[in-house]
Amino acid sequence: MEPSAPRLDIKDVDRRRSLKDQPWWFYAIILIFIWAAYIFYARENYNDAFNFIKIGIGITIKTSLISYAFALILGLIAGLGRISKNIFFNNLARLYVELIRGIPMLVLIFFIALVGVPMLVDGVNALGVWLTEIGLGFLGTPLNAFGNKSLTMNTRAIVALSVTYGAFLAEIFRAGIQSIERGQMEAARSLGMSYGQAMRHIILPQAVRNVLPALGNDFVAMVKDSSLVSILAVRDITQVSRLYAGSTFRFREAYITVSVMYLSITVALSLLVQVMERRLSKND
Amino acid sequence: MTRPENIIVLKDLYKHFGEVKALNGINLNVAQGKVIVIIGPSGSGKSTMLRCINHLEMPTSGEVWIDGQQLGKNEKELNEIRTEVGMVFQLFNLFPHLTVLENVMIAQKVVRGRSNSEAREIAMSQLARVGIPEKADVHPTNLSGGQQQRVAIARALAMNPKIMLFDEPTSALDPEMIKEVLDVMLNLAKEGMTMVCVTHEMGFARSAADEIIFMDEGVIVEHTTPDDLYNNPKEERTKLFLSQILQH
Repeated sequence: MEPSAPRLDIKDVDRRRSLKDQPWWFYAIILIFIWAAYIFYARENYNDAFNFIKIGIGITIKTSLISYAFALILGLIAGLGRISKNIFFNNLARLYVELIRGIPMLVLIFFIALVGVPMLVDGVNALGVWLTEIGLGFLGTPLNAFGNKSLTMNTRAIVALSVTYGAFLAEIFRAGIQSIERGQMEAARSLGMSYGQAMRHIILPQAVRNVLPALGNDFVAMVKDSSLVSILAVRDITQVSRLYAGSTFRFREAYITVSVMYLSITVALSLLVQVMERRLSKND
Repeated sequence: MTRPENIIVLKDLYKHFGEVKALNGINLNVAQGKVIVIIGPSGSGKSTMLRCINHLEMPTSGEVWIDGQQLGKNEKELNEIRTEVGMVFQLFNLFPHLTVLENVMIAQKVVRGRSNSEAREIAMSQLARVGIPEKADVHPTNLSGGQQQRVAIARALAMNPKIMLFDEPTSALDPEMIKEVLDVMLNLAKEGMTMVCVTHEMGFARSAADEIIFMDEGVIVEHTTPDDLYNNPKEERTKLFLSQILQH
């Protein structure tokens, strides 16, 4: 110790540290929200834009929620396929995941909505014709009547997002299942449980718990990627703000408004995921 | 139908993991109610043999018979036979997302189709049998190693197995916890349970085992009584191994 060294005031150090540890980025986001709330309220142009664009919020939320629910189901099935010992199921799941991951999401959305869905409808129609021919008209007729027009762009957008995110969630489920020690499966099987019973009662409950934060993060990502369905003319907030900007030439108002809307949704969801993560780690 | 004389029969059992030949022709008969201890250096195939008995490991060739029934590839039959063969693992493998009571209940409900109240009653009696009924509502992570292993034994016993397999049940335990697990195993042996135990606990082998098997390089080198093995081992390999583990 050098007695001549200048003494630092402990309080000073503490304050500096606490200043350093403050989440300044978060305060900045809150400031952005306050500023946005003020201009939406006080400025006529922004107020106008906000009122116009907010009609898309319902579609954005509905599209995200429904797509995510289907993606969870698809992802779980494909995730189980990825670890399955069944060669057919395993390769099918792998093919699905690799196809989706290898194609840009924007192209996928075009493809599924404008090529995949019509192809599926053709297939269903062909099945209807065949059923009618073999004398099962009561089954065939409704399938025959099923046309491309009965599937709105909103539905197709949901199909596209579900199929795309199903592949991402499959990898999360796979990683979650593989994170569970082998001994768990062995113990379950040694007690006479079938593979399916062991999965359902022993492996999946632990695996899902482990990947809950990752699933939450992917939901946030999906909310953002739902903006891509605006290219199918689905009237989500992105599409509505494009319409607003196009008709009024108020680009600044339109895109500031829609950005703040996405940001408020994703920040709120991210906070929820963080709370969930903290709760899970506390229970460990 | 007459009961088969031997409850476990292994015939010409081979298990190869790629190039590694874990088992090279095992023949073993275990009579009802006998306690068999298996010893041998690591990598000698002890655990592999044990895991072949309930087909957690599929043998490359050879036959396994449990209580007069041959184990095959049929999953449904395998699951039924496995309910008759309890297994206790080195690392306990309790289900961490379930409480102790639920650990002991789950397979009863899912596999045996027992009602909640029946499964609970059986689980509580098995937990009492291994001496920790008071821990029923605790999660396994809050238990000591010895307690966890006793829960694992109770979990296996709750299925009313005819055979119990123990795969180095005390190897992962601190010394002061080994006794509580061995005591439970000794009681089981006294009650007449057929047991096959891979363990290096020589005290247990001497006081409980009817037969002892020394394995090396995937074959049974000696198969005799514990006293006989200690007092006059016939094979050089056995002598060398015993001198190594009994030195201290």
